[in-house]
Amino acid sequence: MASIDTAVESGDPAVSEPEIGGVRRRDFINIAAVSFAGVGVVATVFPLVNQMNPSADVLALSSIEVDISAIESGQAIKTSWRKQPIFIRNLTAPEIEAANKVDISGLRDPETLADRTQPGKENWLITLGVCTHLGCVPLGAAQGEVKGEYDGYFCPCHGSHYDTAGRTRKGPAPTNLEVPEYSFLTDTVVKIG
Amino acid sequence: MSFPWAQQYKPTTEFGQWMDDRLPVGRLIYNSLGAGYPTPRNLNYMWNFGSLAGLFLVIQIVTGIILAMHYAANANIAFDSVEHIMRDVNSGWMIRYAHANGASFFFIAIYLHIGRGLYYGSYKAPREMIWLLGVVIYLLAMATAFMGYVLPWGQMSFWGAKVITGLFEAIPLVGKPIQELLLGGFAPDNAALNRFFSLHYLLPFVIAGVIIMHIWALHIPGSNNPTGVSVKGKQDTVPFHPFYTAKDGWFVGLALIVFTAMLFFMPNALGHADNYIPANPLSTPAHIVPEWYFWPWYAILRAFTFDFFFIPAKLLGVLAMFSAILVWFFLPWLDRSPVRSGDYRPRFKKFFWFGLIPCIAILGYCGGAPAEEPFVMLSQLASAYYFAHFLIVLPLLSRIEKPTPLPNSITEAVTGKPIQQAS
Repeated sequence: MASIDTAVESGDPAVSEPEIGGVRRRDFINIAAVSFAGVGVVATVFPLVNQMNPSADVLALSSIEVDISAIESGQAIKTSWRKQPIFIRNLTAPEIEAANKVDISGLRDPETLADRTQPGKENWLITLGVCTHLGCVPLGAAQGEVKGEYDGYFCPCHGSHYDTAGRTRKGPAPTNLEVPEYSFLTDTVVKIG
Repeated sequence: MSFPWAQQYKPTTEFGQWMDDRLPVGRLIYNSLGAGYPTPRNLNYMWNFGSLAGLFLVIQIVTGIILAMHYAANANIAFDSVEHIMRDVNSGWMIRYAHANGASFFFIAIYLHIGRGLYYGSYKAPREMIWLLGVVIYLLAMATAFMGYVLPWGQMSFWGAKVITGLFEAIPLVGKPIQELLLGGFAPDNAALNRFFSLHYLLPFVIAGVIIMHIWALHIPGSNNPTGVSVKGKQDTVPFHPFYTAKDGWFVGLALIVFTAMLFFMPNALGHADNYIPANPLSTPAHIVPEWYFWPWYAILRAFTFDFFFIPAKLLGVLAMFSAILVWFFLPWLDRSPVRSGDYRPRFKKFFWFGLIPCIAILGYCGGAPAEEPFVMLSQLASAYYFAHFLIVLPLLSRIEKPTPLPNSITEAVTGKPIQQAS
């Protein structure tokens, strides 16, 4: 006969409750307590991980305005958006023609120049200057740089070639140079982001 | 190390057995926090604060590592980087407030933990090493908290750093060079801020290491208990799991409710508004006090306003302040009474509740008050009693006090009837 003097052990019948259909009331308490603690842990861990996402001051850098009035036909500039290079290129008529002549069905990432520019502004090719292979900055924006076999951009890291519409044509780059969200505020000022 | 009736670890799965033969982590946990660790059956809620302090150390380390991802330990931008955490970083305000208030809750937990030890005689044989390691943990925690408070580089940070390193200047002859060595300059600046950040990051892990030794030492004799009577047999104990894991878990839930209430509704209640002003080496705040958990010691520091023979007041204050904590290292040999628990020591109990506790409360109040009368006088009286309690009252009491009869065993104390012989 168990009395209060009897030693207690975990799982001892003295502290266990009778089972009803294999279920004890203690099972419910266990499951409820562990579930409640689990919800608490998730609610705690979320902000502890989320703090690593871009902070408000980083997100505040997310749009810039660029004056493009000084870029002459055939020229390109590099600027910086979200700490990443942006290429703004004023395409010449032959470059536009070369881009439009390509049969896009044969491309790795089929897009026309019109898809990658804005209506009436097809001469302005605005892309991220970030190779879609592994993130190097391709050459070809500044005067005198190698432009690659397709006269657009060339990434020296692993040899990706882009054409005059910034489309991947040769090498390991899987997609075309990314076109950021942008709009023309006036004919000479473009807002990126 | 455990009682002979401790339950034995038996792996239930083949993988458990495989691991147990190679890296017996499961066995370690089972024997130290699980069913394999018999614990006195009569522990009251005062025995909950050790695990609670451990939880808050974990909270401090986790939130601290996160804050270090966003903080910049450079005197020019440290203050701004803290504001950046408060305004820009996702949930940064919550993480920083958790860290700032977590320090206070850590100290609440360890003060109650220390008070428990003082009242129930947990520092006495055979638990002296546990107590000594605990004092080491407390000293490390104080150093960590102080250096952490410097990092936001506000007015209180700066002047706290200046005043506390100024304590070392009181040491004769070498004081000034030591202060300059600590600061890496003549006043707190970039060099001091950087080394404080480095050490503030390091010390919590040192604390965690000493805590492992603290618990290791604890598990040799096992926990003390409210009667102070040693465990005599199996009927005096219950397995740590599920009994004390459940009790600790329940208490952690309660403590976290209080903590989050503080965190979300009054996060600055324990802070100082002055620390939201960037550090200015040319202007001291009118009322400069440390964080609340240092107030009793700060009051002792300020109580010494007079020179004593050839010892200047400044040095006396510093010596007294450090001695007030260092005296704890001698406590197991100052209190020679063989009875552990204050419950069975009528006179000790009176000196504890009507002497030591009010004395520390007065010191705490005075430490946070301006350095003027009547607080200086009160600090002096309370400091005098503080030292007298440890150096005169306790040794004397252990000689002259007649303890009340002890129960024969924990079980007898719990049930109120004599222990039954096992049949």
